[in-house]
Amino acid sequence: MLLQAQDITVRLGGVEVLSRVSMGVEAGEIVTVLGPNGSGKSTLLRAVLGMVPLAGGQVTRAAGLRLGYVPQKLAIDPSLPLTVRRFLSLPHRVSDEEAADALARVGMDAAGQRQIAALSGGQLQRIMLARALLGNPGLLVLDEPTQGLDQPGEAAFYTLIAQVRRDTGAGVLMVSHDLHVVMAASDRVICLNHHICCEGTPRVVSAAPEYRALFGLGTQGALALYQHRHDHSHDETADHGAHDHTGHDHDHDHTGHHHHVG
Amino acid sequence: MTTRATIMITTIRGTTTMLDDFLIRAGLAGIGLSLATGPLGAFVLWRRMAYFGDATAHAAILGVALALATDLPVPLGTLVVALAMAVTVASLASKGWAVDTTLGVLAHGALALGLVAISFVHGVHTSLEAYLFGDILAVTPSDLATIWGGSLAVLALLIWRWQALLTATLSADLARADGINPDRERLILTLALALVVAVALKVVGALLIAAMLVIPAAAARAIARGPEGMAVLASAIGALACLLGLSLSLWQDTPAGPSMVTAATAIFALAALFGRIRRA
Repeated sequence: MLLQAQDITVRLGGVEVLSRVSMGVEAGEIVTVLGPNGSGKSTLLRAVLGMVPLAGGQVTRAAGLRLGYVPQKLAIDPSLPLTVRRFLSLPHRVSDEEAADALARVGMDAAGQRQIAALSGGQLQRIMLARALLGNPGLLVLDEPTQGLDQPGEAAFYTLIAQVRRDTGAGVLMVSHDLHVVMAASDRVICLNHHICCEGTPRVVSAAPEYRALFGLGTQGALALYQHRHDHSHDETADHGAHDHTGHDHDHDHTGHHHHVG
Repeated sequence: MTTRATIMITTIRGTTTMLDDFLIRAGLAGIGLSLATGPLGAFVLWRRMAYFGDATAHAAILGVALALATDLPVPLGTLVVALAMAVTVASLASKGWAVDTTLGVLAHGALALGLVAISFVHGVHTSLEAYLFGDILAVTPSDLATIWGGSLAVLALLIWRWQALLTATLSADLARADGINPDRERLILTLALALVVAVALKVVGALLIAAMLVIPAAAARAIARGPEGMAVLASAIGALACLLGLSLSLWQDTPAGPSMVTAATAIFALAALFGRIRRA
């Protein structure tokens, strides 16, 4: 185990955001934490990173484990001029060679002298991944890394994550609110709603009643996910269950035919 | 105060060494202050702390009143009150108070209270203008030591914490993940700001300190491609503005502090124009 959380409980502003959550990540494993908005996904990541105090339980890391962290978003004030190259040297200065290596690994070879503020969302995510890779981390932690990306962008990013895992052997712990987009990229899915609802391979989780209950009811639950993925409204997950697409069971892989539906 | 430069020149006509002395001291004071206001002003822009700077600077007037009433050195009084103000605003903001409202109340409240308090201190009202608009032409050698000492301390602090400050400015989460405490870095900037206020009071006065932080850095932004370049350029532009303002004050008999800010604004306009042309 690279990292192990044992019965961790987190309270923020008097509210119990996480209740006795236990989970772990093995070397080379991609684990995705899945849950609706406000379910404590990001808090779980922050707790295992040591960024929020624990009200109970403990987090243990393998000795000498190095973490690479990719935050949910990076809001740079336009008054701050910053090139990609300079960004990679924060907070630890790296050599030009290391920087070029990291950029090549995420497919952004020529981006060194570009201004961060001028990058697209997908490019910025890649640059943040490159920065996280600089310390040769044993575990990459990504907080909703594809938020704000379009669907091809999402797919490309998860392919990149899988490739990084293959190349470096690093474990990956990430957060998502959409099972279907992470299905191909995850070895294990943890379904979270303040506590762990269910856990297993993506196929097992998508069939689990707890998962259905969390994201909607019966077949409409899967439909809600489908709809959700389709229109990229990332604000509400469960509300789409009431839409009038009844009669279609979309609980299967949609790749290839979803663009002309709905 | 507007005629001070003329009067001093008239009184000391013929003794060129003395003329040189007070002018050189004024120039050195401006350059010394710019060393700190350049990089600190850059952070003020990056973190959107302009009104925070204003509030801290306005509180300095209250510090002057307290220092005069208790016979403490003025820079010490302003430092203490500015620091108290900065910490108060920062902690209220972190407790969820609306920053705009908090700053609006505290900044003007402190300024007004300071002005009222000063009127109680006997014989001070005549020189009130000097605290509001600065009195760079009257900088003494010991003022100069205070200004350079304070500025170099701020500069050293910022250089020492540079990487951590910059990371925390980019993203508190990125900083935390790398073991940097963003709250501590913010406190360091708050301390630096209070120091600069204490030091700058003599040069530009309480009302225009924030201008000397914001305007040179904003001018540098139009040209710079990296954070370090922007900070250094902001210092250079600040120093240039001080010297230009000083010249203007000397030959056109204008008040020195506002003249320096005017010069900085003119440089900003040129830099913005240049930046736009270069990008086009």
